[in-house]
Amino acid sequence: MYSINEVLETIRMVQEENLDIRTITMGISLRDCADANAAKACQRIYDKITTQAANLVKAGEEIEREYGIPIINKRISVTPISLVAESSDANNYTPFAEAMDRAAKEVGVNFIGGFSALVHKGFTKGDRILINSIPEALATTERVCSSVNVGSTKDGINMDAVYRMGQVVKECAERTADKDGLACAKLVVFCNVPEDNPFMAGAFHGIGEAECVINVGVSGPGVVKNAVEKVKGTDFGTLAETVKKTAFKITRMGELVGRAAAKKLGVPFGIVDLSLAPTPAVGDSVAEVLEAMGLECCGTHGTTAALALLNDAVKKGGAMASSYVGGLSGAFIPLSEDAGMIRAAECGILTLEKLEAMTCVCSVGLDMIAIPGDTTAETLAAIIADEMAIGMVNFKTTAVRIIPAPGKTVGDRVEFGGLLGHAPIIPVKQAGAQEFVTRGGRIPAPIQSLKN
Amino acid sequence: MLENLVRKQTGNRIIVTVIGQDRVGIIAKVSNILATHQVNILDISQTIMQEFFAMVLIADMEKSDLDLETIKEKLSILGQELGVKIEAQHEDVFRYMHRI
Repeated sequence: MYSINEVLETIRMVQEENLDIRTITMGISLRDCADANAAKACQRIYDKITTQAANLVKAGEEIEREYGIPIINKRISVTPISLVAESSDANNYTPFAEAMDRAAKEVGVNFIGGFSALVHKGFTKGDRILINSIPEALATTERVCSSVNVGSTKDGINMDAVYRMGQVVKECAERTADKDGLACAKLVVFCNVPEDNPFMAGAFHGIGEAECVINVGVSGPGVVKNAVEKVKGTDFGTLAETVKKTAFKITRMGELVGRAAAKKLGVPFGIVDLSLAPTPAVGDSVAEVLEAMGLECCGTHGTTAALALLNDAVKKGGAMASSYVGGLSGAFIPLSEDAGMIRAAECGILTLEKLEAMTCVCSVGLDMIAIPGDTTAETLAAIIADEMAIGMVNFKTTAVRIIPAPGKTVGDRVEFGGLLGHAPIIPVKQAGAQEFVTRGGRIPAPIQSLKN
Repeated sequence: MLENLVRKQTGNRIIVTVIGQDRVGIIAKVSNILATHQVNILDISQTIMQEFFAMVLIADMEKSDLDLETIKEKLSILGQELGVKIEAQHEDVFRYMHRI
């Protein structure tokens, strides 16, 4: 039997502390959609997505009603388009993105990920065409997300790709200058990318995955913050234990919803991504969890240690709750999507350097950070290279989703609205790195890669 | 086989919670709605937490003529009349979260 406290705890988590299932993402393989004729391939892609995901949104809404747990996003990830489009005659893959966009609108999902390429060791013809198509594809579509993996611990960092991505990010910003560079918010550069990540913009359906799977991303910074506040003044053991127990409960909810969705849709259940993903809503912030641990402001000295503790405890609690965990799993620190981070950046305590340090101990990387519009492609490439190096050397996933907001400078802010939020423009270093990032070639894999 | 058995035991059980100011007739009115629609009450416990009345009721809707969503709606309307918050949720949510 249940104790009254357990029941009330669950209800409080959902109603007052913003516990939600952040996303149900259906991964769909498009490998069988390749065709020498690009138009035919696009049609196949559209048909396959709209068939497989026809009931995705409906199933999500049914589960929401049945269990009383809000499911914020229903999304789709597909096989990296560079692999599917490569055998076609196209020399611009924008039509593929348009087909994905149409399919996403048809089935009612808000984002579709997978306009992607994996180039950590080198480019193929398809990879090059895809990367060249990104600015146009992201500027002309609404829901398509793109990611490019440019490095891995096993292979090193493809610096030609890093430099090219610096230029691509810049171009994306310029093409959507009227929307504060919105296209950049839909583009992620990765090192050690996971193949089963349900979170956008970096989601794609990896080549080791099944035909169609359901992956779930849970979230609950509000719930964790509340739990942390209750153990104010206790030692670190108690603090970690509290976060662990809370993460366990949150993840169980994700597992339940994921399995229910997979059953309803008749496809296998993939993974639960046990992450703490914030939203711009007050009370749903990772920065506030860190502050509840005893920091005056997120970004001050001690933040990296606090984040390390949080990240590890979330993983430990989640690992016990589900046998199939994957994705990125940990705390996300997207600047514009977290009310506490925005506040900390606005008062100048949270800086780019501190964010970079924080990414050494958390899931993702430099995420949703707005910088001055006059930042050069070379500086962008250098920022990307730094972040990729952290991932490569530490055997972890890192990513960069950065927005050089056109025409804006430090002191201004960008506004994306909805889940993407808003952010102040934060300064970057003024000294260049052109000679370094334009050397070309690949940074060799670190000694850790020789694990056998 | 085992899965079916478990399913049978818990498949259609719901947990109804009432939170708010205590007053006469809350339990009577809630159980009236449930009884009208053949929802069998299995267990009720209640407590006063601080000044708030909190009731948790476990019921089986195996034979009910309504689905969970409609029952939720009816209870929510009753809650507004009584000035309390009434929620109904599938038991799985609680079972999954608190039991291994």
